[in-house]
Order: sequence, then structure tokens, then C-alpha cells
Amino acid sequence: MEEEAGAGGKVKKFLYVNRKAPYGTIYALESLEVVLIGAAFEQDVSLAFIGDGVYQLTKGQDTKALGVKNFSPAFRALDDYDVNKLYVDEASLRARGLSAEDLLVPVEVVSTERMAEIMEGQDVVLSF
Amino acid sequence: MSKMLHTVNKSPFEHSALETCLRYARQGSSVLLIEDAVYAAARDTAVAQAVQEALKRVQLYALAPDVEARGMQNRVLDGVRLVDYEGFVDLVVEHNAVQAWL
Repeated sequence: MEEEAGAGGKVKKFLYVNRKAPYGTIYALESLEVVLIGAAFEQDVSLAFIGDGVYQLTKGQDTKALGVKNFSPAFRALDDYDVNKLYVDEASLRARGLSAEDLLVPVEVVSTERMAEIMEGQDVVLSF
Repeated sequence: MSKMLHTVNKSPFEHSALETCLRYARQGSSVLLIEDAVYAAARDTAVAQAVQEALKRVQLYALAPDVEARGMQNRVLDGVRLVDYEGFVDLVVEHNAVQAWL
């Protein structure tokens, strides 16, 4: 395949837009799976967290009693795959009484205006 | 007079289910927050004031396994009681009917 990045093909900018809370639906987990796949193909990956999507990153998730897999620690592993551009919408955090300190990983908290700019700079936008 | 148990399972930030439920929940009835609706039980959110207002009329519960899974266990509003799965069953037994606001 001539488009393969590893073989000198074009690296594309991928943005994954996360707008769903974890556990209530499968979207958050599926997004993370796809992010890891994209990273394995050495693409330029960014993640955006908007609305309830910011809840995916909250500290203290404990799924023992719920009986499902706690996938939040995987966000800490993203850096090992060179996925380190995580953008979190400031207004979404504020509406939920959260701040960057409540999140599992270092993120860039951005305004709606800045987030829109980031979206416009992408080759591919995948929505979850 | 029949007592009703209302259950809500949707995030208050994405859906109107909780708001609608609270509009219909009568004095003395109970509302159990489950799944993504447990975010409504957290302090300092954009919906916390509406939830605190509702606490004057209805008893609010939140399902602890769902609260813990979402990392909200240290942010629960005063007045919202946490129940486990057995507590969920007890609530169903104690009330005359259950209305699920999906």
C-alpha cells in the first residue's frame, strides 16, 4: 500500500472526538481501541474531549462492583504510543464541576474557539 | 396514597430524562439514579442546583457501583443516598410501582 506511513507514505492528522461518558455506552471504549489502532500505524493522532466525554478521563474510576473492565488506566499508556495531544473543552469541565487536576493524565484545557481551530486543522475526524 | 420509584439512567447533560422525571415526581416519591444518570448526583455541576431543589420534595438515591465506576464517589451531594444492588431491590419492593425514564 503506497499510503503506509511506515513505508514513507503521507502521515495524516487524525482527531478523535469523544463526547460520551464511559460505561453507560460502548462508545468511549471503542474510541480508545480505534485510537490505539491508529497510533500503531504511526499517524498524527489527537484526542478531543467535549461534553460528557470529559468524564472518560476522571480519576478514581473503580468498576469492581459494576463488574466491567475499568479502561481508564489505558489513557495513561497513550503516551507510550506517542499519543500525547489530548485537548479538553474548558466549558465542559466547568459545567461538571471538574478541573484538570481531576483528570488522570496531563491534558491541554482549551476554549471552544481553540478546539474549533484544532478540528479545522485535521485530515480525518472520527466521532464517538 | 401510592408511592412511586422513578429510575433515570441518562446523563443530565445530554438528555432531558432527569429534568422531565423531576417535573413529574410527586412529593414523597423516590428517584434512583443509575448508569450515566449518577453524574447528576455530583457536587458543583451545572445541574446540582436543580437536584438540590428536588431533594426538598423527593428522596434521591444513586446506585453505588455506577457512582464508583465513574469516579464520582467523593463528589456526591449531601442528601443523595447511595444504595447497592440489594438496596435497589429493596427500593423496588418498598414502592408500589416503578417508572423507568429511559
